[in-house]
Amino acid sequence: MTATEIYDKLKNEFANDIISLTEEANVDPFILVNSSRITEICLYLRDEADMNFDYLVNLSGVDYKTNFTVVYHLYSLKLKHRIVLKVELSPEKPSVTTVEKVWKTANWHEREAYDMFGIVFEGHPFMVRILCPYDWEGFPLRKDYKEPEFYRGIKVAY
Amino acid sequence: MTEKRIIDVDYGKVETERMRINMGPQHPSTHGVLRLEVELDGEIVTEVVPHIGYLHRCFEKSCEKMSYPQVIPYIDRMDYISSMNNELPFVMGMEKLLGINIPERIDMIRVALCELNRIANHQIAVATFGLDCGAFTPFLYLFRDREMILNLFEAVSGGRLLYNYFWIGGLMNDVPPSFKENCLDIIKTVRVTNEEVMRLLIGNKIFEERTANVGILPADVAVNFGVSGPVLRGSGVDYDIRRSEPYSMYDKLDFDVIIGKGEIGTLGDCFDRNIVRMREMEESCKIIEQIISVFPDESSDVRALVPRRVKPPKGEIYSKAENPKGELGFYIVSDGSVNPYRMRSRATSFVNLSVLPEISKGYMIADLIMILGSLDIVLGEIDR
Amino acid sequence: MEQNFVYKLFGDGIIMYSLFVIIPLTFLLIYALIAILGELKIASWVQDRLGPMRTGWKGVLQPLAEVLKLMQKEDIVPDAANKPLFNLAPYVMFTGAFAAFAAIPFTMNFVPAHLNIGLFYIFAVGAFAVIGIVMGGWASNNKYSLLGAMRGVSQMVSYEIPIALAILSIAALAGSLDLQEIINQQSGGFWNWNILGGNGSLWKVLVIPFTLALFIIHFVGGLAETNRIPFDIPEGESEIVAGYHTEYSGMKFAMFFFAEYANMFTVSALITICFLGGWQSPFGDFLNQPLMQAVWFIGKSCFLVFVQIWLRWTLPRLRVDQLMYVSWKVMTPIAFFCFIAISVWSMLR
Repeated sequence: MTATEIYDKLKNEFANDIISLTEEANVDPFILVNSSRITEICLYLRDEADMNFDYLVNLSGVDYKTNFTVVYHLYSLKLKHRIVLKVELSPEKPSVTTVEKVWKTANWHEREAYDMFGIVFEGHPFMVRILCPYDWEGFPLRKDYKEPEFYRGIKVAY
Repeated sequence: MTEKRIIDVDYGKVETERMRINMGPQHPSTHGVLRLEVELDGEIVTEVVPHIGYLHRCFEKSCEKMSYPQVIPYIDRMDYISSMNNELPFVMGMEKLLGINIPERIDMIRVALCELNRIANHQIAVATFGLDCGAFTPFLYLFRDREMILNLFEAVSGGRLLYNYFWIGGLMNDVPPSFKENCLDIIKTVRVTNEEVMRLLIGNKIFEERTANVGILPADVAVNFGVSGPVLRGSGVDYDIRRSEPYSMYDKLDFDVIIGKGEIGTLGDCFDRNIVRMREMEESCKIIEQIISVFPDESSDVRALVPRRVKPPKGEIYSKAENPKGELGFYIVSDGSVNPYRMRSRATSFVNLSVLPEISKGYMIADLIMILGSLDIVLGEIDR
Repeated sequence: MEQNFVYKLFGDGIIMYSLFVIIPLTFLLIYALIAILGELKIASWVQDRLGPMRTGWKGVLQPLAEVLKLMQKEDIVPDAANKPLFNLAPYVMFTGAFAAFAAIPFTMNFVPAHLNIGLFYIFAVGAFAVIGIVMGGWASNNKYSLLGAMRGVSQMVSYEIPIALAILSIAALAGSLDLQEIINQQSGGFWNWNILGGNGSLWKVLVIPFTLALFIIHFVGGLAETNRIPFDIPEGESEIVAGYHTEYSGMKFAMFFFAEYANMFTVSALITICFLGGWQSPFGDFLNQPLMQAVWFIGKSCFLVFVQIWLRWTLPRLRVDQLMYVSWKVMTPIAFFCFIAISVWSMLR
């Protein structure tokens, strides 16, 4: 199925929660969805017979300065099609429900998004940092990140 | 002989206590700095919590300050064992964004080197797995052959392990004149040693007892956890990016995708993953033979299409390739400037390691070492 | 005693008894040096490399370098360790290996103590090694050492059963526990060795499969007794630490090391005596003088030591429960069966 077909089918099912489809040059076609219903949408995408997106390839966060975006790359092993979902979150307190129940892949990817951007995934069983030390302060990949002066008494910058 | 034990048995009046031990960041095997917190019930593992981040080098943040060609050496250092394969998806993605069509000869060189690196990687994987088992000798045989591959890489790019060889739009240098003979020599030696290792290690009854029925990964669990590469194919799932979404020259090449069949033990155990790796080495040899047979001898200017300044248009791309360990993907967001806006690397071993807590419950601690070895992780990729 | 050449030379006195200690000890020391070099070189050749090449001509002085290194290392004793047991453990283990030399006959003229229960004595004294391991593991005050020691003990004790059945069969075949008697009955060339059925008529080809099986069982059990691969769980993995000798350093570690090599020789010597004819020459009476007999005996035992080293670098290691399975469910029933067959044979002979 092409991106347009998937978009139409999703629009039929979820109406206004599917915001837009972007198909431009130099961009993988992506569908912008409402962050509050992301889990149901993903469940639908995984279980529906002619979509069958059983493989979450990648889950990443991006810091556009006006919002935080979480990008989901999905793939279907049986039907061999791909789609990209995007969710836009507010920059003050970015949070979205977890898709860990849909694909267990998301467990570690979401922990990394939380570690790097501070995006809180509600319902995640173990929402702690994964790459940075557990008591690190600050979210490194944010565009306005300033590294702390001292960490446990050690000077950070050298 | 190996059975998965049922844990949480009702012990009734027996006072037992589960022990939490730490398999610390310094590991005797060569997997790198990984900390496993293991909860044991006697000898049986009931829970494993991996702690990673000891090798975190903030690669994604550093990329936002560098230009695109400067990112390539950083990408090498992610999966430092198969660096050529690391560079390929990034370079392909950038060429797609910039609209560069590279000539076929450069493609051939890239694929040949990637397949050689695949052989080198699988040699390390099987060798260190044997070392975890206690078999010291196959390690040295496989490393002896890997030296030939590393010597070729040194002649081609100047580095033995980290190359910075694939550039956006071409390569750094042309291959030396002896490239064809070296490749054929390597293939001959690899085939001979692989046969020996099959008899010495894989066919050994003790090895089979240690790996059959250990760490069984069912196919649906594997897909749900997002694993890829020999770990996924060892569970019987037929997914190889080179076959399903061919990139570079792979649609013109004839090779088989090896999937596990559960010959000894259950489908998806450690033995299947290892046998998939051994057989993939043979497939790589086939691919290299096909490329060498049509490889043009005259050297060409490999830097002809390398742009002076890499300034891709505004956009984003997710470009992926089949690394020896699985699927490596780069999600590159470009805002039109010379630096990437967001450079996300979907690392293979990061996802492959996340399946460890799931498949090691109920086995003994010696089996946990085997399972970790069969997942073939490298910490540079996990922590980036 | 009367046949003993030392008695003939020096008479019955303190000199004789001290020579009975010094001669095997010297032999053991020289053998240990050669065995260490052999292990390093054989390991290298199996692995397609050269091994130590710089100390001495082609590396022959390497064992000396290792011994010197271990002797000058700092002797670290953990604070909370049980000091007497900790210090004694390596020496207890060495005693287990060395005490067996009191009864091992090197030639027909040299056996320090000609016991008529020699076989039983050697087997009993081998149990000292078990005590040494437990002492080392427990006194280290280290949870992992203790677990490694426990596993080592259970492994060694379980494998003593098939070995006991094997030597029981030999005792049945020979009709005596006296080692010289067992060896004397295997005289007359290699066709009369116990591995090929012992002396007897041509009907003994019926019993060759059983003696061969017992030889293999004894050899595999011997590998387990000395904690070599494929049975080196106590030293190898053991929760990823080095097992019962983790906390040892310097001279005591050297002692454990030395005891392991001495044990290898003791086990090989026992197998040689029981199955391969001891000091008998394989050509019958040709080359059967006492000096050549010592050469034959040491040669055969060293060949078995070589096979042990060879196997170490070839095979992977077994897991602890698989190890137990092999001992109790495979080797013991087979050894029992062979014992019955050989007893029947020796009755009929």
